[in-house]
Amino acid sequence: MTDPRDNPFRTLAEQAPSRPAAELAMPMSEEDRLRDELERGILFTTVESLVNWARANAIWPLGFGLACCAIEMMAIAGPRFDVSRFGAEVFRGSPRQADLMIVAGRVSIKMAPVLRQLYDQMPDPKWVIAMGACSSCGGMFNNYAILQGVDKIVPVDVYVPGCPPRPEGLIHGIMKLQEKILTSKIELGPFPRKKKRKVAAS
Amino acid sequence: MRSETMTLNMGPQHPSTHGVLRVALELDGENVVACKPIIGYLHTGMEKQAEYKTYTQSIPQTDRMDYLAPLSNNLALCLSAEKLLDITVPERVQAIRVLLTELTRISAHCVWLGTHAIDIGALTVFWYCFREREKVLSIYDMVCGARMTASYFRVGGLAMDIPAGFLERCEKFVDEMPGHIDEYESLLTKNPIWLARTKGVAPLTAKDALAWGVTGPSLRGSGVNWDLRKAEPYSGYETYDFDVPLGKHGDAFDRFAVRVAEMRQATRIAKQAIQRVRKLGEKGEYRLRDWKYVLPPKEEVKTSMEALIHHFKIVAHGFFPPVGEAYHAVEAPKGELGFYFVSDGSSRPWRMKVRSPSFVNLQALPVMVEGKLVADVIAAIGSIDIVLGEIDR
Repeated sequence: MTDPRDNPFRTLAEQAPSRPAAELAMPMSEEDRLRDELERGILFTTVESLVNWARANAIWPLGFGLACCAIEMMAIAGPRFDVSRFGAEVFRGSPRQADLMIVAGRVSIKMAPVLRQLYDQMPDPKWVIAMGACSSCGGMFNNYAILQGVDKIVPVDVYVPGCPPRPEGLIHGIMKLQEKILTSKIELGPFPRKKKRKVAAS
Repeated sequence: MRSETMTLNMGPQHPSTHGVLRVALELDGENVVACKPIIGYLHTGMEKQAEYKTYTQSIPQTDRMDYLAPLSNNLALCLSAEKLLDITVPERVQAIRVLLTELTRISAHCVWLGTHAIDIGALTVFWYCFREREKVLSIYDMVCGARMTASYFRVGGLAMDIPAGFLERCEKFVDEMPGHIDEYESLLTKNPIWLARTKGVAPLTAKDALAWGVTGPSLRGSGVNWDLRKAEPYSGYETYDFDVPLGKHGDAFDRFAVRVAEMRQATRIAKQAIQRVRKLGEKGEYRLRDWKYVLPPKEEVKTSMEALIHHFKIVAHGFFPPVGEAYHAVEAPKGELGFYFVSDGSSRPWRMKVRSPSFVNLQALPVMVEGKLVADVIAAIGSIDIVLGEIDR
């Protein structure tokens, strides 16, 4: 049995240590019953779990296809694989509205600066999935034209192997990313201000 | 009054450019003054890399050119290499190749229709089209274990024989496909929004189409009767009974109508091919019995010394075509797809040149959109059906 306190979302009833068995067996007074009812309606969690939970279950990928993998990326939004089960079906046309960049396909040297610019245009927090062999490491195209791995220009969170990966593979990658998001630390509130410059003692 | 033109940059990341096409548009208000497609964002160096690979090793590269129609690309390479070697494959292999390339045509047109409709704003069609595409992909999966990058054809035959139950599965798909095409048509063909966005949009006259070397459904949409399956038949296409659908006005709607009609014809051809394969045996010859060019069967390799030597030679070097050159083109879903090989007598091509239909068809884009409205550029790009992997290679 897992400790109920591992669950990031728990009711007050779950939070509190359970009452002794003898007490549970006794008939409940109306007041106790009401209190139990109320306690069940209150959720306790941390801000971090709540924010991460929201982020992990509403990943908006950037609709940005490069090559063959892009067709499999389209297929996960299609009727058979239906990535909306994982909350990641809202492909955005603009990087300003996206949190996930799925690098789907080979990145040529000519495309690399464009890709980096798109990454920079995405608002924080943002994640990158390198989909397929080409974007992970260059794949079968070890030549003058292709960037040997997109991790040379952007930080990658999940690598999905395959040429191209099957849609199940990509969905697995998205689930791995969700796991990562759920366990990540969040930064709240105002972003750290610039440190005041120390006035050098004359 | 003085007016200035504005330069609008569409792409390389744009939801409607089908990949990484960049189009530099010069606009005067809503009107397109000049249109310049800028390509090369997906340049992969496949032609150069082919010079370092044997002919057979280049087959997986071709899957990644027009990744919507991998088997058409495999076929073009194999036929070209077979022309260079001056060999012909058995009739059964030809029928299986025809069957699979026609299924490929259906799946490629499904992707085209789905994405073209999304570009114009009809989102629903995508789900219908991808439903059928998945069925074709499961057939690929069944026959070779890959959904998209099949690499199933080999020079001199096929990689392996078709599995049991394959023909029944194809038959089921081919039988139900015309009903699904009716569904697509019921969503689009008489839809007033669809008609407004495609009728008379991006016109291409037959004269312009021929002058720019446009091929495939884009050419036939302009009313030119040119289909390589009829004009220069290969793989026994002359023995199949099918029609070549033609358009009249050369606008986006005609290109749509031609492709949809082509899907119906493809099911017809596939049906005939299934019967032919069945007649020639569900199991049988799947490659040429000439061990100078193809791998001998495994059981022979284990029992005969000669076969073992041949196996070793093919695996270590590949075959050695005579010095010379060969060009063979097939009617791929997008148009004339040709492979040109120059051989210096070694086991690797001295030069491989791909005549890709998307690359040539894209050149007609400025003719279609200049002087027209900017919103129609998207309909025009969708209607010529390009794949950037094939343009940039």
